[in-house]
Amino acid sequence: MPVNYFPAEFEVLRNYDKCIQCRACERQCSNKVHWFDADFGKMLSHDEKCVDCQRCVSICPTGALKIKPNENAFRKSANYTQPLMTEAYRQAGTGSVLLSSMGTPKDYPVYWDKILLNASQVTNPPIDPLREPMETRVFLGKRPTQMKFKKNGELDLSLEPSLALNVPIMFSAMSYGSISKNAHESLARAAEELGTYYNTGEGGLHKDFYRYGANTIVQVASGRFGVHKDYLNAGAAIEIKMGQGAKPGIGGHLPGEKIKEDVAHTRMIPRGTDAISPAPHHDIYSIEDLRQLIFSVKEATEYKKPVIVKIAAVHNVAAIASGVARSGADIIAIDGFRGGTGAAPTRIRDNVGIPIELALAAVDGRLRHEGIRNEVSIVAAGSIRCSSDAVKAIALGADAVYIATPALLAMGCHLCRSCHTGKCNWGIATQEPELVKRLNPDIAYHRLVNLVTAWNHEIQEIMGGMGINSIEALRGNRLMLRGIGLTEKELQILGILHAGE
Amino acid sequence: MKKIYVNEERCLGCHLCEFYCAFANSGETEMFKAFKLGKNAVPRIKVEDGNGINFAVQCRHCDDPLCMKNCIAGAISKVDGVVKIDHDKCVGCYTCVLSCPYGCIVPDKNGHSAAKCELCAENGTIPACVQNCINGAIVFEERGE
Repeated sequence: MPVNYFPAEFEVLRNYDKCIQCRACERQCSNKVHWFDADFGKMLSHDEKCVDCQRCVSICPTGALKIKPNENAFRKSANYTQPLMTEAYRQAGTGSVLLSSMGTPKDYPVYWDKILLNASQVTNPPIDPLREPMETRVFLGKRPTQMKFKKNGELDLSLEPSLALNVPIMFSAMSYGSISKNAHESLARAAEELGTYYNTGEGGLHKDFYRYGANTIVQVASGRFGVHKDYLNAGAAIEIKMGQGAKPGIGGHLPGEKIKEDVAHTRMIPRGTDAISPAPHHDIYSIEDLRQLIFSVKEATEYKKPVIVKIAAVHNVAAIASGVARSGADIIAIDGFRGGTGAAPTRIRDNVGIPIELALAAVDGRLRHEGIRNEVSIVAAGSIRCSSDAVKAIALGADAVYIATPALLAMGCHLCRSCHTGKCNWGIATQEPELVKRLNPDIAYHRLVNLVTAWNHEIQEIMGGMGINSIEALRGNRLMLRGIGLTEKELQILGILHAGE
Repeated sequence: MKKIYVNEERCLGCHLCEFYCAFANSGETEMFKAFKLGKNAVPRIKVEDGNGINFAVQCRHCDDPLCMKNCIAGAISKVDGVVKIDHDKCVGCYTCVLSCPYGCIVPDKNGHSAAKCELCAENGTIPACVQNCINGAIVFEERGE
């Protein structure tokens, strides 16, 4: 047998002075890292199984545990790093594509961190959001382009279908199957309480969650899982997923082990079969084809619901968005390449797509230039990490943002990036009943509400500081942004000035 | 009266409540000391596991407690709805341990009295098991039965 050694990525450090052998770590580790050795009379660990999810560390009642990166490393090289070497060994052993989860951990530039916000001084005083009204309500959908009159001469006040958000933040698509039922329930309940929307993802809508329909965006992706007339009509809006930031040009693959009874029923596929979403929609090969699908779903929902088209941020995203805007979509969601995923081929996740900041600026600029910005709303997604990222996104031209990773964090995720193993110790990215149980929706939904409420307070504070009292006045207001440490070209694409200018 | 209730759909079987309970009643300031020094750390709550179901059990503070009826020393009484043991009176015969239908009374580690859940009344907090349950499975509430 060939030598096939992978150094443990992490080392479990246990302070034996503090360990009381309660064995909670052992009971709560789905990777079976910890065990009690009766012969030695103490807790021991299989370090090589550890994924650094921090579950054991978080619950250890005496704080006896610590996980740190394993220092037993291969000889250091800035070019051939240890992950590259182990990945080559792994592929040499398996002949398979490497899989990863969540957003890319690679050190790509984060433009949010190179953009600074403005604040008012002296001549245009700041506003105190605690004393004065501060509007964060957003409507997503087409804006009227002209005044219309009815036959009797009265003004036609009817509007295109739209979404009303109390906060400019929505929960982005995560399918039932990739995340657990309890996670979905938490998102649905939080969206309802916050007056915003969560997104079913491509896995259909579980029958128990139809009652949250008014706060649900139902997704139609290339696999068409769980799509039927009632499903389309259950949501407040329909999202056609053309691409995902973490894996542009790639479909999805939910392994058969995750397709348990309930997931199979919701997705309308046989139990235990792999759920494979093709890379393209097999009926969409042009903007005209996309238009057909948009109007098919509009027809099925009697033109009462706005249609979102979600695209991944890729090189010519501005031109694509322009086409989408002309295809009849009401809202375009753009997903940047740092966005998360439940599973994606590692090389795709780490190398394909472009950052949301540049994509968003390019799309907003292009649509304005073409005079069709009012035809669609723009939702920015793909690594909106905090409220200031959201403010910057809105100032760059977004109407609202989608968040998913921060929502997962609120529910307990520790970004161990092992979703694709299906053994999530926090009960989020798993379908194992004893693991799903670990996510108590009563707690998780409350934490989601807290998170978004906190962000909204911060958004109000930041807007107030700028002397702006409505999110409408912030949208596309790039004068509120300044770049720091950016090149002339980057500033040009972002459409902002450098700090000091 | 507020009592401790357990939702078995939420109970993960981590058994941490047992350790927090024992610690809360040990009189120690650090949990590891409570267990390492081998003093009085005995849990008054017990998690039953089996067939994928986990359930933490502790004193129900019965309307007509069998332990109280059977106590030969008159050490068990019911004060404001809470079944309590007077450790000065308890002679350590463990008749109560035998008679509790829920198995919720345990011999204390000192070897000459019994211990049971008294809702952390002496500790001045909401019950330690409730406070520290990692999944909100144990609640302390009024259900007006």
